[in-house]
Amino acid sequence: MIQVDKLDVVYANGTRALAPTSVTFRAGQFTVLLGASGAGKSTLLRALNGLVAPTHGEVRIDGIGALSGRKAIRSHRRRTGMVFQQHQLIGRLTVLANVLIGRLGYHGSLRTLLPFSVAEKQLALDAIERVGLLDYALRRADQLSGGQQQRVGIARALVQEPNLILADEPVASLDPASADRVLGLLHKICKDDGIAAIVSLHQLEFAKRYADRIVALAAGHVVFDGPPARLGNQEIARIYGTTPIGVRQDTPQPSTLKTGTYA
Amino acid sequence: MALVENRHLDILADDRRAAFRHAGLAGVIVVVCLIALWITGFFDAQRLMEGLPALGQLASEMVPPDFTRWQHWIKPLIDTLAMSIAGTVLAVVLSLPLALLAAPNISPNAAVYHICRVVLSALRSVPELIMGIIFVAAVGFGALPGVLALALHSVGMVGKFYAEAIEHVDPKPLEAARAAGAGPFQVITHAVLPQVLPQLADITIYRWEYHFRASAVLGIVGAGGIGFELIAALRVIRYDQVSAILLTILACVIVVDAIGAWLRKQLK
Ligand SMILES: Nc1ncnc2c1ncn2[C@@H]1O[C@H](COP(=O)(O)OP(=O)(O)OP(=O)(O)O)[C@@H](O)[C@H]1O
Ligand SMILES: [Mg+2]
Repeated sequence: MIQVDKLDVVYANGTRALAPTSVTFRAGQFTVLLGASGAGKSTLLRALNGLVAPTHGEVRIDGIGALSGRKAIRSHRRRTGMVFQQHQLIGRLTVLANVLIGRLGYHGSLRTLLPFSVAEKQLALDAIERVGLLDYALRRADQLSGGQQQRVGIARALVQEPNLILADEPVASLDPASADRVLGLLHKICKDDGIAAIVSLHQLEFAKRYADRIVALAAGHVVFDGPPARLGNQEIARIYGTTPIGVRQDTPQPSTLKTGTYA
Repeated sequence: MALVENRHLDILADDRRAAFRHAGLAGVIVVVCLIALWITGFFDAQRLMEGLPALGQLASEMVPPDFTRWQHWIKPLIDTLAMSIAGTVLAVVLSLPLALLAAPNISPNAAVYHICRVVLSALRSVPELIMGIIFVAAVGFGALPGVLALALHSVGMVGKFYAEAIEHVDPKPLEAARAAGAGPFQVITHAVLPQVLPQLADITIYRWEYHFRASAVLGIVGAGGIGFELIAALRVIRYDQVSAILLTILACVIVVDAIGAWLRKQLK
């Protein structure tokens, strides 16, 4: 269980990205984060694994306590898989080598100089198989399609044996079919392994299809928290500050604008 | 209409001004070049004319090259090769940590960054010949001072190129490694270095090729290798041996460069 307690984040340039926010995430629950561009979704996700430090308030993790201090953050990150929009792979390394980066948190600094153990490589291959890419294990990552690369990103998270998966717009640069496959995969992993998954999305349709719970941010405040069924037009207008059709005027990712992605 | 015309004339006037500026700049560059040639005595026709016969004389003494002492050159050539490799190894070992600290995206803080940059440029600015003289004075004749001279000067160059390669790595995989719990050292070994390894290898191989040529020169100040034989032949005014040694060095340089090119291709 992860408890966000009166967390607020003010960036160095004075931007308040998150107003004091309290919210709790539970194991086995697939939470979708919604919000217009700049609402604070990435900030919240990053704060959940210490990539962004809270200005006030704290994030508490079961079994670790408050997420502060190098040791606490490191042991939390070890069990927290992060999936990025641009999948953040190293293009010239193989799929296997990229996935093994997920094991680094389990190694001491000196251990790092030795090669990965066979057991770890097998763990990595298990993860690669789970995302359906075993045939590509020894391919260079930059030879894969965007959807496949994103699945490698998921395998890298899986090999951490995580109890939390954070995904920041994991499907923003994918076509609708690949996007559906990637989200389906994340959903299945969340359910099969009883992991808490927190996924930010810009597509309401996907949010409604996969979410157990939707948390919506607007200007750093939680403006909705509940099951997708309760998300009506009125709520959507509150989240995006407009009617549900053409919800976003400013769009960083043109591919998120595909017609039909908004319910 | 008149307004549109005026606008066109304005643009043409700007265009003319830009052309004048370029012509002016080109003129200045030509004048500077001519002055440099004049200062260094290039327009002293008489001296050049007098020099020509002497040059012809030297050239005629160089042919045919005299390879009879070739057996005496094998050991020095092996020394030169060993110096170039050892100098490269030493340069790499010293450059890598310095380069990481001199790369703004990896360096732990601004002070360390600036100190490392200064160290690198200081090493770079001492020519290896001067380093060679200093190290010969310190540890005596032979290959060792040569290696030290090559390596230290190279750290300045190689470290700078390494740092530039490291500076331009894609930051996203670094963040991914950090997010998975990797410490700073692990981020370097598993996210930074894998990205830049081909570039670092490229820089290193070029440097090795350069070291082979440079170590031939270093022999002149007593730092071992084939350069030592070269200066010996010059001292006894045996220009036919000098030309033979130069040809031998040329052949070796061609071979070394070919090996380097092949190695680089393997890394692609
Ligand atoms: N590193 C930073 N420094 C300063 N301000 C930042 C930084 N990162 C984000 N911000 C600002 O914080 C606010 C929230 O940004 P955040 O990235 O969390 O939004 P988001 O909901 O993820 O948006 P998007 O949907 O566009 O990804 C924005 O106003 C943004 O400009
Ligand atoms: Mg974002």
